[in-house]
Amino acid sequence: MRLAVVAGTPGSGKTSVLMHTARALQEAGLRPAVVKIDCLWTEDDQRFSRLDIPVRVGLSKDMCPDHFSIYNVDDMLDWATAEGADILLNETAGLCLRCAPYPDRALAICVIDVTTGPNTPLKVGPLLTTADVVVMTKGDLVSQAEREVFRERVLEANPRSRIIEANGLSGKGATELATMIRCGPEAEGEMLLRHNPPLSICTLCTGELRVAKAYHRGVLRHLDGFMEYQGE
Amino acid sequence: MLLTILGGLDKDGRPEAVERINMVRGEILGIVGPTGSGKSTLIDDLEQFAQGDTSSRRKILIDGRPPEEAVRSDPRKKPVAQLSQNMHFLADMTVEEFLEMHAKSRGKGPEIVDRVVELANTLTGEPVRREHHLTMLSGGQSRALMTADIAAISDSPIVLIDEIENAGIKKQEALNLLAGEGKIVVVVTHDPMLALMTSRRIVMKNGGMVKVINTSDGEKGVFSDLLRVDRWLSTLREAIRQGEAVGAAL
Ligand SMILES: Nc1nc2c(ncn2[C@@H]2O[C@H](COP(=O)(O)OP(=O)(O)OP(=O)(O)O)[C@@H](O)[C@H]2O)c(=O)[nH]1
Ligand SMILES: Nc1ncnc2c1ncn2[C@@H]1O[C@H](COP(=O)(O)OP(=O)(O)O)[C@@H](O)[C@H]1O
Ligand SMILES: [Mg+2]
Ligand SMILES: [Mg+2]
Ligand SMILES: [Zn+2]
Repeated sequence: MRLAVVAGTPGSGKTSVLMHTARALQEAGLRPAVVKIDCLWTEDDQRFSRLDIPVRVGLSKDMCPDHFSIYNVDDMLDWATAEGADILLNETAGLCLRCAPYPDRALAICVIDVTTGPNTPLKVGPLLTTADVVVMTKGDLVSQAEREVFRERVLEANPRSRIIEANGLSGKGATELATMIRCGPEAEGEMLLRHNPPLSICTLCTGELRVAKAYHRGVLRHLDGFMEYQGE
Repeated sequence: MLLTILGGLDKDGRPEAVERINMVRGEILGIVGPTGSGKSTLIDDLEQFAQGDTSSRRKILIDGRPPEEAVRSDPRKKPVAQLSQNMHFLADMTVEEFLEMHAKSRGKGPEIVDRVVELANTLTGEPVRREHHLTMLSGGQSRALMTADIAAISDSPIVLIDEIENAGIKKQEALNLLAGEGKIVVVVTHDPMLALMTSRRIVMKNGGMVKVINTSDGEKGVFSDLLRVDRWLSTLREAIRQGEAVGAAL
């Protein structure tokens, strides 16, 4: 079983690119399955189900969607195996720019929308910097010069990444991405995360609603960047 | 350099009537056809050196062979510059900052910025300046800048152009600037003047290349008439802009 984790900000084109990619994988004789993780609601499963491949949704509700994604990797792989798949495509919610839900023995794919401007690659953080493949979408909406400047910025943020200029509408780049997924690592043995998720051990995590500073305990960071432990 | 298009399938999956087109340096080739007939798709196939892996199943060869993988995937090795149908920049920065970043990505120094701005100003009546914000430029200014950027910074042997006529820039000057010396130029156009500046034009229908028309001597005669009409129109336009009465007929 191979695992590809596809992350990227909401609306960046993950599903559009994955639909074309899944079709290219099918044409190459492989059996992809898809799990979409989101927080509250998604219609991506309906879009994927048009492809006639196993599709499943996981909603994280109160949990951080990326933490949820990581916690459920084993279950997702077991499900995909039971469905007779040989490749699991996991589309994440992509809401948290501090989390990067990439295990080491997975192909880590970051989908990023070029229309958000050339400073975006510097803002995205570990989602981009720890990815193997960076998929640039919506290049049809900007000039070649803008795509080239964007690409340069991606390489500044992640010099090791392989960049694919894809189009979620026409399917450009899907064959190339499918090839990289086919040649990706086998998801087996003990997997490790590439990047540690953010601290989330404070009273807010356990349901405190009062805003005033006096009510909070745990590992906390001040506006000026000072970090401290408050509590017993 | 020899650039070849091997025909694929039209929208109904039928083989294209035109099976093969070869282009050499110094040639300007046109693509014509109604909206939705597949002109932009053909340009995109050329841009990505399609190898039977796009919806049209066409193959694009350089010197008779598929280009190496690196040529397809690394834009620094890709011998293609493309002016697409976009009329606006989205990056929030000044003309100068942007051109410097683009020059850097192409391994060129900041001194080229002046040249790009100068070239852009030969294509549009509305001045473009270094300190202008990209997102504030008009459609004409943006297209003039994109065109000048391609001519000076992206300077590649293959140039692909998707409809420059509606951009509000001097279209003939723009095409000449992009064609430069000894390039292969492919231009999508509905404009009679631009279409007749090409040596041949591919006719598109239902996603397929249905025929190729060579620009005949008769058409070249039409072109010189068109040039006269075009110059006449510009003098009229200028007279009206200057608040003068319009004088002589053609
Ligand atoms: N012009 C253009 N639009 C695109 C491209 N890729 C995707 N889109 C559009 O962008 C919108 C969002 O695409 P999705 O594929 O749903 O994005 P997503 O990342 O899966 O979104 P979430 O799952 O909600 O986070 C859709 O309207 C797509 O049609 C592209 O390459 N070019
Ligand atoms: N050979 C083809 N096979 C399948 N679909 C095609 C083909 N050529 C064009 N199309 C589709 O037809 C639509 C219109 O094509 P486009 O290239 O945008 O037309 P034009 O630029 O002439 O207006 C697009 O959605 C494109 O994907
Ligand atoms: Mg999606
Ligand atoms: Mg078009
Ligand atoms: Zn998180």
